[in-house]
Amino acid sequence: MAGLAGARLAAFLILLALIVAAPFVVYPVFVMQAMSFALVALGFNLLLGYVGLLSLGHAAFFGLGAYVGAFCAKSLGSGPELAILAGTASGAAVGLVVGFLAIRRQGIYFAMITLALAEMVRFFCLEAPFTHGEDGIQPIPRGRALGALALHHDFAMYWFVAVAFVLGFLLLYRIIHSPFGQVLKAIRESETRAISLGYRVESYKLLAFVLSAGFAGAGGALEALVTRIATLSGVDAAMSAQIVLMVLLGGMGTVFGPVVGALIVVAMQTYLATLGSWVSVIQGGIFIVCVLAFRRGVVGEIAARLRLAL
Amino acid sequence: MMMIFGKPAPLLFGQLLLGIVNGSFYAMLSLGLAVIFGILNIINFAHGALFMVGAFSAYLLLHWFGIGYWPALVLGPLAVGLFGAAIERVLLRPIRGLDPLYGLLLTFGLAEVLEGVFTNRFGSSGVTYSVPRLLRGTRDLGFMYLPNYHAFVVVAAIVVCLATWLVIEKTRLGAVLRAATENPAIVQALGIDVPRLVTLTFAGGVALAALAGVLAAPMYSVNPGMGSSYISIVFAVVVIGGMGSIGGAVFTGFLLGVVEGFTKVFYPPGAATVAFVVMVLVLLLRPAGLFGRSR
Repeated sequence: MAGLAGARLAAFLILLALIVAAPFVVYPVFVMQAMSFALVALGFNLLLGYVGLLSLGHAAFFGLGAYVGAFCAKSLGSGPELAILAGTASGAAVGLVVGFLAIRRQGIYFAMITLALAEMVRFFCLEAPFTHGEDGIQPIPRGRALGALALHHDFAMYWFVAVAFVLGFLLLYRIIHSPFGQVLKAIRESETRAISLGYRVESYKLLAFVLSAGFAGAGGALEALVTRIATLSGVDAAMSAQIVLMVLLGGMGTVFGPVVGALIVVAMQTYLATLGSWVSVIQGGIFIVCVLAFRRGVVGEIAARLRLAL
Repeated sequence: MMMIFGKPAPLLFGQLLLGIVNGSFYAMLSLGLAVIFGILNIINFAHGALFMVGAFSAYLLLHWFGIGYWPALVLGPLAVGLFGAAIERVLLRPIRGLDPLYGLLLTFGLAEVLEGVFTNRFGSSGVTYSVPRLLRGTRDLGFMYLPNYHAFVVVAAIVVCLATWLVIEKTRLGAVLRAATENPAIVQALGIDVPRLVTLTFAGGVALAALAGVLAAPMYSVNPGMGSSYISIVFAVVVIGGMGSIGGAVFTGFLLGVVEGFTKVFYPPGAATVAFVVMVLVLLLRPAGLFGRSR
């Protein structure tokens, strides 16, 4: 299974079992949202955990993917697969532009540039007619998977999302453990040494950025199909913050961390929604605690305690 | 009516003035960011939130203690600066020496906490704070009307930026500060309490943000989100100007304000994004920034 072995294989099988059992125990829409965001977080982790680049603008790719996917499904009547592909492509395309500009600077500047460019994308979405401004695109038809299986029931949609998530997870695992992924890690450890070994660091960073943005676009389109609505909150800076938090809390640079982080953050958003703006206080507090005392994240901490590679 | 470039002069000068006023806030905020970055090597993401806290400090001083605008101009930044010192001691000191991205993430969380707390207490629409009596009214300059308070804000911002520059470039404290920016270990070995200097600098930078907040309070609605709408533009300013020089940060701040003002006259829908467009152009043409050494 894409080279999964040892503790990771066991963890992956547990994850599969949980995905199969979950819709019989908890509200399926919640799990579907968690899986959509997990795809986004996995892609984000490729950038932060493996190359050491912090993007504060991933909401741009997520939100745009949601809008484009929603537009394809609603106005063009495409199937859900095409809608997700279109979302992925739009995320990756904007990621190419943003990445090209942002990798011209390092470290903190990189983060600030992504934030500023994401703000520009937000203004574009606010003004562009196809997003329907404050109303957003809704209701989005989920269509039929492979042209046959109707997805309007949550239970059918659940398996569609589960397949998409598992495929995305395995693809990302493959990327991380490919020679390309090894070079990314080398860049994280020492950029100068990677350059002196003859690697075109800029191209590697850019490709990682585009892949990461593509995953964000895919997750955005998937989430839009699940919730049947795409709005401005998808391109908001607060969304970027949530994506960062998922990876930080789950454990950056771990394979399963982003999945766990996405689950926790979506659970907070869902079950603490009645607390209103206290949610952002709690979320900010978790940020602070993570940085001060818990930099390995949940999965990183477990892996370190059990001396396993997760 | 006098026309310039096919636009009525009062409109042009009015927007230019608003641009300079906005530029004053960009300059003060990016100045504080640059000062903090110089010695702590972190970007204070909570800078916008602390600007907001500064604006609220003026409101709270008035409503809790009946203290008016003029004393608030000193007391507000002082109180928020003390708060900043506490933040540095409790939250930032433990992560000194780590990758600067952690500082960014931590202050990012801090901004969320501050905004959340103020939203809970005051609601997202915020409160109003009136212009001090002495500065009400407008002046007829012949070619345009100049609100007294706007003029005051611009003059105050220029004075504050000049004073900060003088302190850093011309005083002994500033010399020590610059030395500690270059090489903290040697400065420490020379018997200077560098950790205290770091706390002081962070508090100073935060106080600058709070002072900008107090100045902004009578002009804009005082609301919990007022800082985050500034921070992305201030980041663009910092990317354009680079944080290597104080003069560069201040100049770029005013420049972007003016560019925004002109855009509002000639292409209104572009005004919100023109700062980012300028940033993109600078990144393409001069990747290190206008005044920056590449980092």
